[in-house]
Amino acid sequence: MRFSALRLLTEGLTGNRGWGPHWRDPAPKSEYDIVIIGGGGHGLSTAYYLAKEHGLRNVAVLEKGYLGGGNVGRNTTIVRANYFLPGNSEFYSHSLKLWEGLEDELNYNVMHSQRGLINLFHSDGQRDAFARRGNAMINQGDDAVLLDRAGVRKHLPYLDFDNTRFPIYGGLLHPRGGTARHDAVAWGYARGADRRGVDLIQNCEVTGIDISGGRVTGVQTTRGAIRAKKVGIVVAGRSGQVAAMAGMRLPVESHVLQAFVTEGLKPCIDHVVSFGMGHFYISQSDKGGLVFGGDLDFYASYAARGNLPMKEHVMEAAMTLMPMIGKARVLRSWGGIMDMTPDGSPIIDKTGIDGLYIDCGWCYGGFKAVPGSGFSFAHLIAQDRHHAPAAKFRLDRFRTGVGLMDEEGTGAQHNLH
Amino acid sequence: MRLPCPICGERDLREFSYLGDAVRLHRPAPDAGTDAWDAYLHLRDNPAGRTRDLWQHEAGCGAWIVVTRDTVSHAVEGAQLAAEMRDAD
Repeated sequence: MRFSALRLLTEGLTGNRGWGPHWRDPAPKSEYDIVIIGGGGHGLSTAYYLAKEHGLRNVAVLEKGYLGGGNVGRNTTIVRANYFLPGNSEFYSHSLKLWEGLEDELNYNVMHSQRGLINLFHSDGQRDAFARRGNAMINQGDDAVLLDRAGVRKHLPYLDFDNTRFPIYGGLLHPRGGTARHDAVAWGYARGADRRGVDLIQNCEVTGIDISGGRVTGVQTTRGAIRAKKVGIVVAGRSGQVAAMAGMRLPVESHVLQAFVTEGLKPCIDHVVSFGMGHFYISQSDKGGLVFGGDLDFYASYAARGNLPMKEHVMEAAMTLMPMIGKARVLRSWGGIMDMTPDGSPIIDKTGIDGLYIDCGWCYGGFKAVPGSGFSFAHLIAQDRHHAPAAKFRLDRFRTGVGLMDEEGTGAQHNLH
Repeated sequence: MRLPCPICGERDLREFSYLGDAVRLHRPAPDAGTDAWDAYLHLRDNPAGRTRDLWQHEAGCGAWIVVTRDTVSHAVEGAQLAAEMRDAD
């Protein structure tokens, strides 16, 4: 089934009776060449690129719940490539390029909207830092425009420019930044992988990883044992538990990050706006809801819900930045489980066990990385060597202290990112 | 979430700042080797369930405490002074 405007029109005129399921619902086979643990955005994109780029189709994705039911279905949908440090810079640049071709690639409307992202600054020192970041982005081949106060006012007239504590001096505009429809990204990759022969197996929780003589041989699941030559772990907040099945401890702590959505409103916020000093960022979904969030609650948690103090903090920041938001009503909030690393940057690497690979540590920035992470992780699994744009995401960088990527410059220590 | 400070009693979460897993009470010797330091600084059990972590009652008495709580339900079992717990271990 191929989607097209003609198909949409035809279906619309004939009662939408021709649509079928987008993917099969196969039972697990007893053996695969490659098993991917985790059917979220990263796992599904990994499976897709294994099949598409490397011709590996005897692949299964094991998901304990339903496809895309974790963080990829619940996030603030921001897509950007505005990183500063080598390692992150080339990776997110590559990922953004994949985003830009994604709808054609998948024949799926992921509603990728490059509406522009503006990071606000509030002092001369911050302006210097943002100018430097913008130059790094331009050197990487991406785009950045340093806006002064008047420039920001032209784009975002509704902000409080004269706030006493954080008057707005300007902003760094990343025109190719924007948002996408989160669910559609998972569904598009799932459909693409399924069509290439990948088995997407839902309600199948991995309960053990079989290792023999230092080599992975398969996994135990709630739907029986599955043998595999290679196994990839892509389970975000649950990385610690799955890695423990292979006897590993990871440099990862799982924290809760909250986000909020208001009732649907007419279009009023055209960009993605981030107010770093208030730990606040916001955009408006195509459905009209204002989607916004803040910082971590800052304690280890798997509760998938946060506490009230951070809610209060986020609402205060919202009112500080754009007083008009006080008229909107919050519809819902949620908490996601974030796999936080000490330096705030991710891991795509081999493990000490042959045939076992891990992709984790995306902290609170995993959504924009979905295409790039899958592409690079598939490359690593298929070829047993790192894909150049993700080559610095090493698991051992904490142990050795070499190649740490601490974007915030706060130190490679848990609970600082 | 409210945390029971052993000195001040049960107080609002906002009075506390968080450091992380109580593994930090057991600092290795300077010459303990890379693996011991890596385990102390970076590697975590990251349990989904019962955990013990270090908090400071920053906006209260200033004490460092070890809180035993559940990371899935946010239920708090109890807390004791970090200094006492370190000496007991």
